[in-house]
Amino acid sequence: MTEKRTPYIGVENVSKVFGGYAALNDVSLEIHQGEVLCLLGDNGAGKSTLIKVLSGFHEPTSGTIRVEGREHLLKRPSDAADLGISTVHQFGGTFPLMSLERSFFVGREPTKGWGPFKVFDRKTAGEIVVREMQAMGITRVTDGSRLVGSLSGGERQVSAIARAVYFGAKVMILDEPTAALGVKEAAHVLRIIMQARNRGLAVVLVTHNVTHAMTVGDHFAILIRGRKADDFHKGERTREEITDLMAGGEAMAELEAELAELSGAGKRTGD
Amino acid sequence: MPDLKNLTRRPEFAAFVGTLFVFIFFGYFGWPTFTTPLVIAGWLNVAAELGLIALPVSLVMIAGHLDLSVGSILAAGAMTYAIITGHFGLPDFIGLPAGLAVGTFFGYLNGLIVTKTKLSSFIVTLSMLFGLRGLVFGVTRLTTSTVLVSVKVSETVRNTLGGRIYWMGERTTFENAIILWVIMAIVVSWILYQTKYGNWIFALGGDETSARAAGVRVNRLTIALFMGSGFGSALLGITQVALFGSAQVSAGQSYVFYSIIAVVVGGVLLTGGYGSPIGVIFGTMTFAIVSQGIYSTGWDSDWSSLILGLLLLVAVLSNNTFRRLALSAGDKIETKTPEAKSTTSKAPAELKVK
Ligand SMILES: Nc1ncnc2c1ncn2[C@@H]1O[C@H](COP(=O)(O)OP(=O)(O)OP(=O)(O)O)[C@@H](O)[C@H]1O
Ligand SMILES: [Mg+2]
Repeated sequence: MTEKRTPYIGVENVSKVFGGYAALNDVSLEIHQGEVLCLLGDNGAGKSTLIKVLSGFHEPTSGTIRVEGREHLLKRPSDAADLGISTVHQFGGTFPLMSLERSFFVGREPTKGWGPFKVFDRKTAGEIVVREMQAMGITRVTDGSRLVGSLSGGERQVSAIARAVYFGAKVMILDEPTAALGVKEAAHVLRIIMQARNRGLAVVLVTHNVTHAMTVGDHFAILIRGRKADDFHKGERTREEITDLMAGGEAMAELEAELAELSGAGKRTGD
Repeated sequence: MPDLKNLTRRPEFAAFVGTLFVFIFFGYFGWPTFTTPLVIAGWLNVAAELGLIALPVSLVMIAGHLDLSVGSILAAGAMTYAIITGHFGLPDFIGLPAGLAVGTFFGYLNGLIVTKTKLSSFIVTLSMLFGLRGLVFGVTRLTTSTVLVSVKVSETVRNTLGGRIYWMGERTTFENAIILWVIMAIVVSWILYQTKYGNWIFALGGDETSARAAGVRVNRLTIALFMGSGFGSALLGITQVALFGSAQVSAGQSYVFYSIIAVVVGGVLLTGGYGSPIGVIFGTMTFAIVSQGIYSTGWDSDWSSLILGLLLLVAVLSNNTFRRLALSAGDKIETKTPEAKSTTSKAPAELKVK
């Protein structure tokens, strides 16, 4: 189905060890432009760790990262950002006590002026952030000087995604972007992902939601305790198989039967 | 004209109210002495000297750290300058930069240890406060066999750093430190409001991990901020030598807490991420007015500590209130729209991605 083409990002035998514990163990992956890669796995499987390696937050203990075929050392987040890789991390990413225009541009501030008198161009920043938030459907935001903390959790999440869309020239990485969102906002984020893919971006999406994954995913990789357990394309596995793999390889059917029994028992005593 | 509601939500507003309050308080109880140039010069001088430390320390605190080592760094800077120019009789162009460099270096060391060990800056700078005090004592005693080094301050330095602006006679003198204070305030405000580093400082104080993930060079920034407060401390140390003609090993210890009081009364959150240099200027003035204004009331000066303690407590409480107010600032636009009809629900229909 897939011809041999060089991936935009090639992850080769990457391991990440935290104090003796291998959060990532010899993981290899290909991330292609114009594709959504869904990274799936149980809690603690190493998904966020992999994403942190890809975004320059952690340096891998061993293994290499290639971008467009060339080996790159992503020593710090700005290295990844310079390659057009933009990430929404699982927790935080926004600063409640900062204004939107400041928060949106942390680390990538637009400046004007010359030499040592370069100043942070707050006016431009404010205009961009309002425009990007409005484009994401947050029409409530009309003023960039608003504090991030005065937005709802979902709106904050959207502002973090808007940032990734704005700065993610080549690759957009989203770690559970829909976890805090309502149904409509989640659908909206999925739509943004599809549009980014159609524009030719590579998208990496972490989610625990099978439906979301199956809706937007072209390519799936499953991590179990730091190892890549499976790697397949759309249509190559059934929903049940994916669900089982996401639960860490244990048969989900068994668990569901057990749950059904419990809830059945609950009903009987309840009625 | 900016609307009043927005003004009250600015981080420096509470600090301004604090200054106004103590000004009126001492204006009333200290009448008529409090408004004489002598007393005004007294508290302005105290504010200026404290401001040289409090302003760079406020950047450290907005970034979410503490610097308790300022007292010993002040003494180290002052003593370096005094030993080089006073004891060895070398010229100012060696002594001055050396004193400032020593202060900046120990600030660098603070930053380096904090970023490398990930220990809290509270512990690191507390260790520095004690360790460096010992070092300053030891080195001073070894080289000069005293703990007090007098300096015959050169004409140039006495007229600049140590200069006094006489006004209405010999006793009323405004120190040149006031000019240094203004320059420091402009520099610190410019960094925080105008440069991208200001943005980084707020981000670092807000959430270090997210700041790092967003591309902020967290370690470099932290080190630079500690170097700033080291520089400010040494600058004050040298200024005091220039003013008084001698350096003492135990000088400056009181600035450890004075600077924190001024910064917190100035509206900076102890947890970082929020605050303003303008607020800190007010905080510094509040501190100075209380500690000097007391002399115009005829009360025992011990009472100023009680007032400062209470003010600090009130400041921390009001900082939290003002932060809450600030966080709710956006809602004033939507007061008419019912919560359930939040515009986000229309989102999918309006989507336009470039
Ligand atoms: N900085 C760290 N130091 C030590 N251990 C870590 C660190 N970061 C992650 N780990 C460990 O690595 C493992 C993988 O964590 P990771 O956050 O990648 O999981 P995840 O797949 O993203 O899980 P979740 O679905 O809950 O977000 C966990 O056991 C975690 O405790
Ligand atoms: Mg995770």
